[in-house]
Amino acid sequence: MAAQYFREYETIREIRGPLLLIEKVSDVAFDEIVEVETASGDKRLGRVLEVGMGYAVVQVFEGTTGITPRGTKVRFMGKTMEIPVSEAMLGRIFDGLGRPIDGGPNIIAEERRDVNGLPINPAARAYPEDFIQTGVSAIDGMNTLVRGQKLPLFSGGGLPHNMLAAQIARQATVRGEGEEFAVVFAAIGIKYDEALFFRKFFEETGAIKRAAIFLNLADEPAMIRLITPRVALTLAEYLAFERDMHVLVILSDLTNYCEALREISSAREEVPGRQGYPGYMYSDLASIYERAGRVTGKKGTITQMPILTMPADDITHPIPDLTGYITEGQIVLDRGLYNRGIYPPINVLMSLSRLMKEGIGPGKTRDDHGDVSNQLYAAYSRAQELRNLAVIVGEESLSETDRKYLRFADAFERKFLSQGFYENRSIEETLDIGWDILSILPESELTNIKDEYIKKYHPKYKSGSSK
Amino acid sequence: MERKGRVTRISGSLVVVDDLPSPQMYEVVEVGEQRLIGEVVRIEGNRAYVQVYESTSGIRPGEPAYGTGDPLSVELGPGLVGQIFDGIQRPLTRILDVTKSVFVVRGVKLEAVPRDVKYTFKPSEKLKKGEKVGPGDVIGVVEETPLIKHQIMVPPNVRGRVVDAVGEGDYTVDDPIAFVEFEGDKKAVKMMHRWPVRRSRPFREKLEPQLPLITGMRIIDTLFPMAKGGTGAIPGAFGTGKTVTLHSLAMWSDARVVIYIGCGERGNEMTEVLEKFPTYKDPWTGRPMMERTILIANTSNMPVSAREASIYVGITIAEYYRDMGYDVLLVADSTSRWAEALREISGRLEEMPAEEGYPSYLQSRLAEFYERAGRVVVEGSPERIGSVTVVGAVSPPGGDFTEPVTTHTRRYIRVFWALDASLAYSRHYPAINWITSYSAYVDLVSSWWAENVDKEWRSLRDEIHNILLRENELKEIVRLIGAENLSEPDKLTLEVARIIREGFLKQNAYDRIDAFTSPQKQVRMMKIILRFNTIARKLVESGVTVKAIRETVDDVLTDIIKSRFTISNDDLSKFDELESRLVEKLESLAK
Repeated sequence: MAAQYFREYETIREIRGPLLLIEKVSDVAFDEIVEVETASGDKRLGRVLEVGMGYAVVQVFEGTTGITPRGTKVRFMGKTMEIPVSEAMLGRIFDGLGRPIDGGPNIIAEERRDVNGLPINPAARAYPEDFIQTGVSAIDGMNTLVRGQKLPLFSGGGLPHNMLAAQIARQATVRGEGEEFAVVFAAIGIKYDEALFFRKFFEETGAIKRAAIFLNLADEPAMIRLITPRVALTLAEYLAFERDMHVLVILSDLTNYCEALREISSAREEVPGRQGYPGYMYSDLASIYERAGRVTGKKGTITQMPILTMPADDITHPIPDLTGYITEGQIVLDRGLYNRGIYPPINVLMSLSRLMKEGIGPGKTRDDHGDVSNQLYAAYSRAQELRNLAVIVGEESLSETDRKYLRFADAFERKFLSQGFYENRSIEETLDIGWDILSILPESELTNIKDEYIKKYHPKYKSGSSK
Repeated sequence: MERKGRVTRISGSLVVVDDLPSPQMYEVVEVGEQRLIGEVVRIEGNRAYVQVYESTSGIRPGEPAYGTGDPLSVELGPGLVGQIFDGIQRPLTRILDVTKSVFVVRGVKLEAVPRDVKYTFKPSEKLKKGEKVGPGDVIGVVEETPLIKHQIMVPPNVRGRVVDAVGEGDYTVDDPIAFVEFEGDKKAVKMMHRWPVRRSRPFREKLEPQLPLITGMRIIDTLFPMAKGGTGAIPGAFGTGKTVTLHSLAMWSDARVVIYIGCGERGNEMTEVLEKFPTYKDPWTGRPMMERTILIANTSNMPVSAREASIYVGITIAEYYRDMGYDVLLVADSTSRWAEALREISGRLEEMPAEEGYPSYLQSRLAEFYERAGRVVVEGSPERIGSVTVVGAVSPPGGDFTEPVTTHTRRYIRVFWALDASLAYSRHYPAINWITSYSAYVDLVSSWWAENVDKEWRSLRDEIHNILLRENELKEIVRLIGAENLSEPDKLTLEVARIIREGFLKQNAYDRIDAFTSPQKQVRMMKIILRFNTIARKLVESGVTVKAIRETVDDVLTDIIKSRFTISNDDLSKFDELESRLVEKLESLAK
């Protein structure tokens, strides 16, 4: 933008929710950043949402409480929203707009970047294919995460998504490379105790040295939530594409982000889409989620793990629904499993990793990985059907093979899914557990596995003894 | 003369321009000092509403806006194949080379068809002085890729007598290759011309789509076939495999040109095509797939305003290759994002919304788009037949097929491949539901199958379909009384249906052998499964239990199921061995 000067007005005509209508302005740019100073000297940030001849509509991030039409100064800053970025931001804690709140020194900018970023040229992307071992069987074995993927956790209120995200952040490694992930964590409207959990976790594990934390807590102004994930991703892009780092971005909780989006939309009196969320929520969410990946010619990567809590555990709610259409799969947590004491309570049937196929197989994980995963899926889903059937007709009415499926499902949940918060399984361990429980079924049921792998890995042939 | 107006209001991608002299609807306007490209979407007096195709961040009221006088058009000429374009046909690979940035920076303007490349042009018989030429006449040919002989045609709006013409040689798309005179008006004909994207290209006559588009996907070719020049939709909730299915279509179909539109979808999906297609071989020609593919990418994070245009850009390019006489497949992933872009633009124009906020003209836009598909006799000589097959993904919110985009789309398509979340959850891919899907082309393509593959195709296909429909009824009963309490013939139906589901319908898009099944193998697979059905049914009638049958031939049945990835297309004699093993074992039961 050409103009770098700022202009000040005291001509607020209307205040509505988070919006200000300012009159008699000139030379205001769309999307320009605004500083609002109340009569008491309180300074807040905002941005221009619409501009016409002689007027501008400004959205105030930190709320309009205390703003008066008279006596409040509105300064147009002559630039769009930028933050300073630097490698020194790792190990530090910031507010939702990227200002340090840990008492440390101000950030000396290595560069200033527009928080909105720019779309990555699809021709510049490199397809993600490096297997990340998270040590969690349900993920590694059946919903493999790769470097540069965006894989959200779909959770519900009270489920252990934070624990799982923390466990993944602690255990994630790319095998054969000693390098750890740098973590960028954005708290978007989460509760104080959740933020504390992450903070303590980062401090206790020493991960804080490689983490930058952005905090916008539940009691802070909602409009900031629209900026916080973008601030975090702007830093992540800098670290990945300018500083060659592998960055893991955890965003929690996107549901709060979407609520803020709905609030601003209704204040602008826009035509609502489903359940009052704006029609452009898909594109808006995409402008966050698509800021992940690998690009050609750069060593660094951005792997994104957004967390969202599904309102009323409903996966068809617009927030998880639109997210699922953008992200490369989803890990779904299940209240039923959780209530039965299974951790991590991952509903594998509803979970999916779209990039799994490129990250697994010989040289990456193991040759039998794809087939074993397909077979586990097919068998577990068959078993779920039979469980439902058994409730109605009774287990005795099932055939012998069908009853074996029920035993398989129990073993799957107890041995494969279930593991400790500190249990870090290698992919070989995960697959061997998979074979172990598949051997409950008759061999003729293993129609998704090639014979060579059955001969190579099936416990019956492996140990040489008959089962 | 430069036509200039000034910006008076900016709200997102909508910019209001005042005092632009005589603006036209859908005229391209360059907005602001950076000259960002936009289109006029409404006119009120001397005020034009412009939909801008890039981020409008930083534009101020008072900045200039320039009218170009032309509607949004695409460049058509050699050099399109193998490229990736954005929603308004800017070449993304060359943008990357020029800007040296991994991001798409604003305000970049590059030509879609490269100007600096020379193509070897071979004139046709028609290109002689004094010869009369008209729209669509082939006047020469350029080998665009080893797969695509790019026919250089007289543009649709040019006719007359050739007064001058070049010989065989190397030319750029800007070099005139002929001059045509009509009523004293002399026009240069180049290898490239422009065509407005919102207007369909003319053709002579539409034909009935009678030839199947072979895809190598068993459930599609056999149960719900697509025809060349047909239209289809593939709706499904997220995670049901729309994109994988569309990729498979783009890879294995026997179309000669494939246009893949990534409309509001993931960036990595375009990257996947870009990385994979140059290395994969087209099963029909043995050449790299990229030599027949054109990509249009407006990923979900690229400006939503260009999303609406991307669909038209794609279909116009498709029609252009159709005019050369090629069978073109256009794949649009996803038409829902396009509809949402329409909704967003409509909302900013403050139009009265119809269902779920979509504009009332949603259905007419969908109709216009799908009607541009078809198998046609194209204009000009020599006489050629070309086709555009259109397949659109639909992403219904929450997987609800009663939402406006799905319901309106259903009115204009003839093949409906409904993806099913519960199949996808059990990793049954392609997760096309065989109860709710349909194809209106089964009757039309039957004669092709009978003449070219197997006379029995239609009856085999119907029998397979009927067994699956019967299974669906039986499942309801099983839910009440359990499978063990069914009659023996019904138990056999369940068993045969299981083999069809596991061994025929399921298909692994990533397995070397399974990914593409030739028509011959499809028929062979159906035959062996139905042979089992016939013999076993006789045994059951004579009192043998299904349990006994299964115990006897369990290993053969497992081998039949696995044949989808163990027996390759050129090794079909293995099915004979399998079948004789099957028959032998079953006969042992009869004694």
